[in-house]
Amino acid sequence: MKNIPLAALIGLFFTGLYFLAAILAPLLAPYGMAQIVGDVWEPSSSRHWLGTDSIGRDLLSRMIYGGRTTIFIATAATLLSFFTGSVLGLIAAVIGGWVDQLLSRFIDLIMSIPTLIFALVVLSVMPVTIPILILVMGLLDSTRVFRLARAVAVDINVMDFVEAAKLRGEGRIWVIFREILPNALSPLVAEMGLRFIFAVLFVSTLSFLGLGVQPPQADWGGIVKENKDGIVYGIPAALIPAVAIATLAISVNLVADWVLNRTTSLKGGRG
Amino acid sequence: MSDDTFLRVRDLKIGATAYPPGEPPKWIEIVHGVSFDLEKGKVLGLIGESGAGKSTIGLAALGYGRGGVDISGGEVWVNGRNILASGMRDLRRLRGAEVTYVSQSAAASFNPAKKLMEQVIEASVRHGRFSKSKAEKRAVELFAKLGLPDPETIGNRYPHQVSGGQLQRVMTAMALCPQPDLVVFDEPTTALDVTTQIDVLKAIKEAIADTGVAAIYITHDLAVVAQVADDIMVLRMGEKVEYGTTDQIINAPQEDYTRALVSVRSIRHEEKHPTDEPVLSVQNITARYRGTSFDVLHDVSVDVYPGQTLAVVGESGSGKSTLARVITGLLPPRDGQIEFTGRTLSPALEGRTREDLRELQMIYQMADVAMNPRHTVGTIIGRPLEFYFGLKGAAKKKRIKELLDEIEMGEGFLDRYPAELSGGQKQRVCIARALAAKPKLIICDEVTSALDPLVADGILKLLLNLQKSENVAYLFITHDIATVRAIADSIAVMYQGRVQRYGVKSTVLAPPFDDYTDLLLSSVPEMELGWLEEVVEHRRMTSAGN
Repeated sequence: MKNIPLAALIGLFFTGLYFLAAILAPLLAPYGMAQIVGDVWEPSSSRHWLGTDSIGRDLLSRMIYGGRTTIFIATAATLLSFFTGSVLGLIAAVIGGWVDQLLSRFIDLIMSIPTLIFALVVLSVMPVTIPILILVMGLLDSTRVFRLARAVAVDINVMDFVEAAKLRGEGRIWVIFREILPNALSPLVAEMGLRFIFAVLFVSTLSFLGLGVQPPQADWGGIVKENKDGIVYGIPAALIPAVAIATLAISVNLVADWVLNRTTSLKGGRG
Repeated sequence: MSDDTFLRVRDLKIGATAYPPGEPPKWIEIVHGVSFDLEKGKVLGLIGESGAGKSTIGLAALGYGRGGVDISGGEVWVNGRNILASGMRDLRRLRGAEVTYVSQSAAASFNPAKKLMEQVIEASVRHGRFSKSKAEKRAVELFAKLGLPDPETIGNRYPHQVSGGQLQRVMTAMALCPQPDLVVFDEPTTALDVTTQIDVLKAIKEAIADTGVAAIYITHDLAVVAQVADDIMVLRMGEKVEYGTTDQIINAPQEDYTRALVSVRSIRHEEKHPTDEPVLSVQNITARYRGTSFDVLHDVSVDVYPGQTLAVVGESGSGKSTLARVITGLLPPRDGQIEFTGRTLSPALEGRTREDLRELQMIYQMADVAMNPRHTVGTIIGRPLEFYFGLKGAAKKKRIKELLDEIEMGEGFLDRYPAELSGGQKQRVCIARALAAKPKLIICDEVTSALDPLVADGILKLLLNLQKSENVAYLFITHDIATVRAIADSIAVMYQGRVQRYGVKSTVLAPPFDDYTDLLLSSVPEMELGWLEEVVEHRRMTSAGN
């Protein structure tokens, strides 16, 4: 532990804090998520540490529950995108030929449409529930993971040890999961941190635009949206979720950076 | 210090910071107090295996340490001043003007976007040694002196428009252009084919003699350095082993290590004659790569007999490795067929049975990329046992240990990762992986060419012993005639995708030769003084005779 650089420690601390708060939300939050407990936009006090929001709900409780929703959706979407993206990417790289062409061109097609617009169109015709949100975000994000996984795997696929496995007569499953995946893992894991942040930003953006998490369910983007009018009157309630989003993004980035540095210098690690 | 001593190195110590995983960075010394002198017009050869510190010492003559390397002690006197004590401004004046450098890979050292002439004269002009027109004139003279074709116009070409051997000579011209006092040659011919190496070697030697510069010549090949150097320093693990005149080092080495280097490839192998049915019979193979319109192999036919070695020799581009790809099924041929232990093999890998795959194994040139860096030695050797024989648990472990014993490594290596092995050990593990399948034939693709001579020697001996005990046949692909002499029973000389000469070793290596075989055989540096001159003379006579 003593070798962890300061930046990574800060990152680990805040990431840990947010995740812990998300998991333990019902225990930590002083009030219920949608409970109206005070006046509109009360300033911070000993009863309401962060004040209250646009309709008098405790902002700290909203933040904690909101973090839970945001982080849960982002994590689930990231996992989904990683699973789909890397499996398809590895398959495309190993099988090659028309399978690769078909998959790659299809992904190109999806990537040519701006993600946000694509998501808005899809969500405006579908019922906006959390599973649908996760599905849309995860699948859209998986195009990026596909690109990375395929690029890394194509490099590894031409190495002699993969050829040796093919000459031995190994099947594709072994080649993909035992020869290529372990060597592709470190760039993928580092990418995972970055994709998670994009997912946080993405779900916040969608909620801010009204097509993400639906009220009264709290989430950080939604809290910004609910309280944005207060800014005109000098009420900082909308800035608090913004700060939370920013600190989470930066701290996860710091951790991802450190993981990338570490894994590439591991014994037997590849650059 | 005599007046002629141009370079004086005293007690040079160089270290680097290592970053072992999971531990704090630590300082390790890689050159431990080396001293030598170099007079004007003399050539000093630095020789040793990889990691001996040759290049590091060579670069220290420019006052330079590669990334992470620091010169921690000692003195380097160039032209009467200690360059280690001088500042960046002085060093800048020194590098590229008084002291220049020729690197191993010319192809990687030239800027592909600039014409050769621009790069050759850059240092001379920048340092104000010559005006642009004078420098260009001098470069053209050097091109002619180095035997480059069209010396007047070759400078207008881009690096990719000349061959590897020519590029190496252009780089030598670049180093000589500013009229330096010292040139450091860092393995200038190692990446070249033997037939090309000889031209570059001759050009370098003549250029050194004509311009009267001092030179440091770094190489791992004692036979090469014997041709150009006046003095030789043998290095091992950053320490001087022996330092003397070339004649003394070659003919009367004092130290055991030097003696081993001089007598490397002393393996004597009695050739066996073809016996019964061949284990592998390649018949009239013609092959080309997908998407290309020319054949890489033309009508190739060779046989390999059980328990014997067929060496396939040729320079790069001759089709040796392509032949291996065809035999393994990675590249289905356009024409011809392959018979293996009496049955006809399917041309493509997909059509072969598991038995076909098991009996035909392959060992690669670069052992470090031939093993999955995330698998342990135990997994690497164990997988074929599991895959072909269904061995599991204790039985598998027992067999892995036997194999580790066979390759002269202990069971202590079981849980190591490839990155924790030395080059020779890696190649041994690859051999064990091939052996684990109990093959009838192993294709060895340049298996020793990435290794230091002494290590390579050990691998060859191991392969020969294994051949005796396991009765396995080898198809041995190499560009190195010395290796062929050491281990082959029969030889196929390949040139431009055709088998130029084929037969048992004693016939192939005995005159009368065809032109190509003669060229190839006479190009292999021999460990004796004056060999280079003899060969050049021999070539001149032959071409005059034609």
